[in-house]
Amino acid sequence: MAKTLAEKVWDDHVVRRAEGEPDLLYVDLHLLHEVTCPQAFDGLRKAGRRVRRADLTIATEDHNTPTIDIDKPIADPVSRLQLETLRKNCAEHGVRLHPLGDVEQGIVHVVGPQLGLTQPGMTVVCGDSHTSTHGAFGALAFGIGTSQVEHVLASQTLPMSPFRTMAVTVEGELPPGVVAKDLILAVIARIGTGGGQGHVIEYRGPAIEKLSMEARMTVCNMSIEAGARAGMIAPDETTFAYLKDRPHAPKGADWDAAVADWRALRTDDDATFDREVVIDASTLSPFVTWGTNPAQGAPLSASVPDPAGFADAGERLAAEKALEYMGLTAGQPLREIAVDTVFLGSCTNGRIEDLRAAAAVLRGRSVADGVRMLVVPGSVRVALKAVEEGLDKVFTAAGAEWRHAGCSMCLGMNPDQLSPGERAASTSNRNFEGRQGRGGRTHLVSPQVAATTAVLGHLASPADLSDLPATTGA
Amino acid sequence: MEPFTTHTGRAVPLRRGNVDTDQIIPARWLKKVTRDGFEDGLFDAWRKDPEFVLNQPARRGATVLVAGMDFGTGSSREHAVWALQNYGFKVVISARFGDIFRGNSLKNGLPAVTLPQETVDRLWALTEADPAAEVTVDLLDREVRAAGITAGFELDDNARWRLLHGLDDISLTLEHEARIAEYEQRRPSYRPRTRNR
Repeated sequence: MAKTLAEKVWDDHVVRRAEGEPDLLYVDLHLLHEVTCPQAFDGLRKAGRRVRRADLTIATEDHNTPTIDIDKPIADPVSRLQLETLRKNCAEHGVRLHPLGDVEQGIVHVVGPQLGLTQPGMTVVCGDSHTSTHGAFGALAFGIGTSQVEHVLASQTLPMSPFRTMAVTVEGELPPGVVAKDLILAVIARIGTGGGQGHVIEYRGPAIEKLSMEARMTVCNMSIEAGARAGMIAPDETTFAYLKDRPHAPKGADWDAAVADWRALRTDDDATFDREVVIDASTLSPFVTWGTNPAQGAPLSASVPDPAGFADAGERLAAEKALEYMGLTAGQPLREIAVDTVFLGSCTNGRIEDLRAAAAVLRGRSVADGVRMLVVPGSVRVALKAVEEGLDKVFTAAGAEWRHAGCSMCLGMNPDQLSPGERAASTSNRNFEGRQGRGGRTHLVSPQVAATTAVLGHLASPADLSDLPATTGA
Repeated sequence: MEPFTTHTGRAVPLRRGNVDTDQIIPARWLKKVTRDGFEDGLFDAWRKDPEFVLNQPARRGATVLVAGMDFGTGSSREHAVWALQNYGFKVVISARFGDIFRGNSLKNGLPAVTLPQETVDRLWALTEADPAAEVTVDLLDREVRAAGITAGFELDDNARWRLLHGLDDISLTLEHEARIAEYEQRRPSYRPRTRNR
């Protein structure tokens, strides 16, 4: 029978199938971070169970970690306790941990791929909804709750009810200056925050095939913002080239065997999806959010919509509440929205290509007066690469703050937060009320838009800089 | 997990759609390493507003949350479920739930009951007209009942069975340990390991 990529990976991992019961699926890679696993280890301890496969498990510290003064003790005692608990649990169960200060530390979804631990055809889970990031490699990767973290620690499996499949086909070519973040924000605006519910999305089509691995990760990362459990992209030469020679990639004859298997993963030509959405890439432009959920977005060239224009009563009410929270009025051009803060980072846009794109805008320019810009690399390796390329100097010369790796202001569990009423352009993934700090207002944007917004002080894309040439020098 | 068969209690109408898990329990509450003590963080930002529905005296002691469409979207934090339970909720009703939230609720014995939006509208109207009106959620009959309202809901047999008996998923899975070991024998040898065994 013809199968989709998601169905092939699923079927390859069925440990046990029985009528009227969920399939028991094997988990190839279990990622841990400090926030969603302490209660899981506690449960194991109470039941007298052990971690079944510590050799398929890896932990990093990312959500709570500070991005400045990392050599000093963590000021917040509750954050400190959570990190200490992770260290104790990993030591007790023999789980590899990359703590703050380690060269492999960083956001869990940046670390897995860069180590080559994320590979096509695998099942990857983590107590974090942005686990969908790893689907960029053709892995079936999804976020789980703490009870499921405990389940995987104890058994390396999960009972799962089947997903439905959805194809998001992106035809044509992205216009110059339009990037992966614009594309995924436009997809979410099209299908809504619940549109992908119960589905695994496969992104396909010529515009997807042309994306780099890092751009594919940005796309798959935000699948959860469309309500989907996972997002996937079929592995191809781009995937193999990214993986080859990474620390945990197969070597020698194993590599050849693996690539042969990976090539067979692509969706069969005659396979069908439960739902199909087609997007024409050539119609897209830089995209930003104006509201308090990721589907409340519009092209940067548009204006804040009038809630009265929404036919659906629920959407109308949501738009009214969003505009009130965001302090915006209908009809206001999005380009005229002034920001206080710009955040560049997160598992969505904290990789080296994101930093390069922002640095290209900031080179020879300055962050506008009254705007603060935080640059938080997704991992220590990303930071080191940026330093090697001199990007850190570009950021600091422009007046941005160059910080240490972590989740940082994406969710504000560490001290990097917005104040009430403060407005940010953020390359992260969620513009929920209070997400980046109580009362904080978030506009989701691409790295290119973030950097231009920092320079001009209002939402803007690099095309808006034509009247403001960069000065020579740094 | 405690078994759930049927529950009758007063309701709270939460007339908001897209209530994400950041609204249910903000990230700064996620630093705790226990499963309890999250009740004060539930809907933290909205609780500051004295008019917010949970702050109304008539809603004190209510145990059935009737929420708008797409409840529990966003982050995978199970703390959202713990916060609802710590506060005293026994059931959540919505026309659609975030997938991960729904899975987390069922694993903690908090049924996430999906009803058509028009039934949710009728439950809202009922409880707003009479905050003392009781709502029954019956897992045996897969039915929600209140004055003038009887609505069936879908829940697969396996999930229902586990809720009714308060079964521990991990014990059930570990009964199949031999199958897991057998699968491990046939996994491709090139799959990565994070460290040596």
